Amino acid sequence: MFKILRKTELAPDIWEMEVAAPQIAQKARPGQFVVAMADERGERIPLTIADFTPDAGSITLVVMVVGTSTVKLSRLGEGDKLYALIGPLGHASRIEPCQAVAMVAGGVGAAPVYPIARAFHQQGSRVITIQGARHKALLFWTDRLASVSQQHQVTTDDGSAGHKGLVTETLKEVLAADTQKQIGCVYAIGPTPMMEFCAKTTEPFGVKTVVSLNSIMVDGTGMCGGCRVEVGGRTFFTCIDGPEFDGHQVNWELLTARQKTYRHQENCAFEKTLNTRTG
Amino acid sequence: MPFFQKVQTQMNNPQKLPRVAMPERPPQERIHSFDEVPLGYSLEQAQSEASRCLQCKKALCREGCPVQVDIPAFVGLIAEGKPLEAAAKIKEANCLPAACGRVCPQETQCENYCILAKQGEPVAIGNLERFAAEYESEHGDCRPAPKAPPTGKRVAVVGAGPAGLTVAGDLARRGHHVTVFEAFHKAGGVLIYGIPEFRLPKRIVEREVQYLRSLGVRFELNQLVGRTVGVDELLDRENHRSYDAVFLGVGAGLPAVMNIPGENLGGVYLANEYLTRVNLMRAYDFPKYDTPVVRGKSVSVIGGGNVAMDAARTARRLGGQSVSIVYRRSMQELPARAAEVHHAREEGIEFKTLCSPLEYVGDDRGMVHQVRCQVMELGEPDDSGRRRPIPKEGEQVVLDTDLVIIAIGANANPTVTRQTPGLVLNSRGYIQVDHNGVTSCQGVWAGGDVVTGSATVISAMGAAKAAASDIHRYLCRGGE
Ligand SMILES: Cc1cc2nc3c(=O)[nH]c(=O)nc-3n(C[C@H](O)[C@H](O)[C@H](O)COP(=O)(O)OP(=O)(O)OC[C@H]3O[C@@H](n4cnc5c(N)ncnc54)[C@H](O)[C@@H]3O)c2cc1C
Ligand SMILES: Cc1cc2nc3c(=O)[nH]c(=O)nc-3n(C[C@H](O)[C@H](O)[C@H](O)COP(=O)(O)OP(=O)(O)OC[C@H]3O[C@@H](n4cnc5c(N)ncnc54)[C@H](O)[C@@H]3O)c2cc1C
Ligand code: SF4
Ligand code: SF4
Ligand code: FES
Repeated sequence: MFKILRKTELAPDIWEMEVAAPQIAQKARPGQFVVAMADERGERIPLTIADFTPDAGSITLVVMVVGTSTVKLSRLGEGDKLYALIGPLGHASRIEPCQAVAMVAGGVGAAPVYPIARAFHQQGSRVITIQGARHKALLFWTDRLASVSQQHQVTTDDGSAGHKGLVTETLKEVLAADTQKQIGCVYAIGPTPMMEFCAKTTEPFGVKTVVSLNSIMVDGTGMCGGCRVEVGGRTFFTCIDGPEFDGHQVNWELLTARQKTYRHQENCAFEKTLNTRTG
Repeated sequence: MPFFQKVQTQMNNPQKLPRVAMPERPPQERIHSFDEVPLGYSLEQAQSEASRCLQCKKALCREGCPVQVDIPAFVGLIAEGKPLEAAAKIKEANCLPAACGRVCPQETQCENYCILAKQGEPVAIGNLERFAAEYESEHGDCRPAPKAPPTGKRVAVVGAGPAGLTVAGDLARRGHHVTVFEAFHKAGGVLIYGIPEFRLPKRIVEREVQYLRSLGVRFELNQLVGRTVGVDELLDRENHRSYDAVFLGVGAGLPAVMNIPGENLGGVYLANEYLTRVNLMRAYDFPKYDTPVVRGKSVSVIGGGNVAMDAARTARRLGGQSVSIVYRRSMQELPARAAEVHHAREEGIEFKTLCSPLEYVGDDRGMVHQVRCQVMELGEPDDSGRRRPIPKEGEQVVLDTDLVIIAIGANANPTVTRQTPGLVLNSRGYIQVDHNGVTSCQGVWAGGDVVTGSATVISAMGAAKAAASDIHRYLCRGGE
């Protein structure tokens, strides 16, 4: 179980992995995630189910290397096994009937956005995707996203592909152009600051904005409380109450602070891991 | 009893001797290590402690034990120098003596009822139980117990905590095919992720799991029932891999919060996360293990139960210079085991009693740096018989702190219950059962913390035993 069937590098330090997990593949829905451990000494980390094929009994994960656990995952090869994998966790995305939906995918966020966009597309909503990255080389799954979108726009920080600038600027234009108010909701998935600014951008337009929060997790089952977030002044557990929340209600400052809890320790460990080359 | 006779008894009877203390690692040494604190009895020490027992005809001590271990019998066997027989005797009622001897709250259970407690010190039943179990594991016959021939019946046990492990063992021995589904990557429940190594070495839990495997129990780890697979699917007769009965032993795990300001700041943990990082994920050995944990210098632990003691003593071992228990009642009401309170004090943990947090205050980086507390006083007894804490008007204290661990109890985790239609819950969200653990769903039993809310290891095992017997009867009747 949990064997890596296929592994490809989508962009520098971004890996796509197809993992054998028949039961999870059967149950998975867009928006859900798994918790994985690379090896016996590893950490338990959450990763979105970027795609799932019940017939093949596999799920697809897209991993961006940022620290020890993600580098360990990226070093596993085809045929290797994950030490632990549990899921599907969290609530599935609510694919509400609406005429149109705008999806913002920042960086590795393209992976979680894809199955949600596909679900909206399949129910007949008009899908507008805005895919952002720092640089052209970091873009991936553009054709996949385009295939489920009526309108697909790319932005890069340095202008190496698509529009030069931030996703929020394009989002603003898209919303401003929607004079008929067809866009029933906006999804924003990506780095925390990007989600925060997307939520700020949509607020004046009064469009419902869903974000997928990436709090630090341990079990992913509601047992530990490590993934606590504040939304609308109340405490929620991201793993069992989320991961999707109303972006206009999230206490972003707190989320950002909690994400930095282990920064110093993790940086030290990451350096150590990078220095231990595996064969 | 006439006076001269009394004197005579005292001179002749070893029970008037003080109880044999179990040797322990000195506090100065143990605050730097996760090694177990009590070191165990030698055979001699055990025999001398066991010989204090009066071998009462009407043994009151047994009434205090939720599973009615035959205490006089096993203690008597130790006194006679037969620890292996003693271990076998205990195991007739309690399959995890090595754990229970260490973690049962003996002072409110068996030892509280011991006749000797009335005049002096009760027999050290817990220590003797632990001794017998350890002796057996070192010198005993590790072959699996005789097993009934296979019945062809299949049982799914959900949750590998004390309740689930007990049901699995009992039913496997009766010849049923048992599979345990566990959400975590290791079996043991709270014994493996909650209770720290220095109180319950993990090798003991691993040994028990290994023993169950030798009985033919299969473990399916990384399976979140209600998500990965549903209870209805486990019972679905259309499915060739389905089960004839399901036992739910999923524990209480959904930590409670107080909903006060600052609770979600960085550096504020709920005890389950803190203990899981340290115990299950071995954060104390970071970076050899990848999971980090905040190491605080001034630590405030909120609560007064076993979980709070475990968190405080763990924080002390992880470099806490000043570690305080912040508890809203007084020392008399502390719900933790007496031995843990004693150990905590020896390790320099401070007790800030009659103190209840109002707010956690953060610094400019969003990390906690103070706890503002309300000073309390004790009023009239409440439903639990303990005196109710009431705020003392206008009196507050502020504690400087860089790590807060909240250990104020748990609520029911909804993962399985919400996904199992027809399962009747009580008003607190726990599963409703009869005295045999029978739930409202045909073919489904439950026991342990998921029924009672956070309780004790031995009560979870007691409920599990009753359920296992009932499941066995049900399977023998052909599942009617
Ligand atoms: C529901 C959910 C779904 C996710 N899906 C994906 C996914 O599909 N692909 C993917 O690559 N990542 C995903 N993440 C984020 C991923 O879990 C983290 O990147 C991973 O835990 C980092 O582990 P590490 O040991 O490699 O890095 P660490 O050493 O733990 O961290 C490196 C740096 O990243 C920061 N960091 C740590 N954890 C997080 C986090 N959860 N979010 C943001 N920053 C963090 C740390 O503060 C540190 O600065 C998801 C997170 C959640 C909660
Ligand atoms: C820190 C701490 C210290 C304690 N100290 C003591 C003590 O000194 N003495 C004492 O007697 N008691 C103590 N207790 C209480 C005692 O541990 C519990 O009462 C006992 O463990 C309950 O057993 P259980 O089998 O019902 O549940 P648990 O031990 O909680 O086990 C439940 C298991 O089910 C798994 N699970 C949950 N949901 C699912 C699912 N959906 N699918 C699959 N698996 C699932 C969990 O991962 C877990 O492994 C302590 C508890 C804690 C937390
Ligand atoms: S199981 Fe616990 S309560 Fe029962 S005799 Fe042993 S230590 Fe005492
Ligand atoms: S009550 Fe005390 S003295 Fe009597 S049998 Fe029990 S342990 Fe022995
Ligand atoms: S990750 Fe532990 S409760 Fe959510």
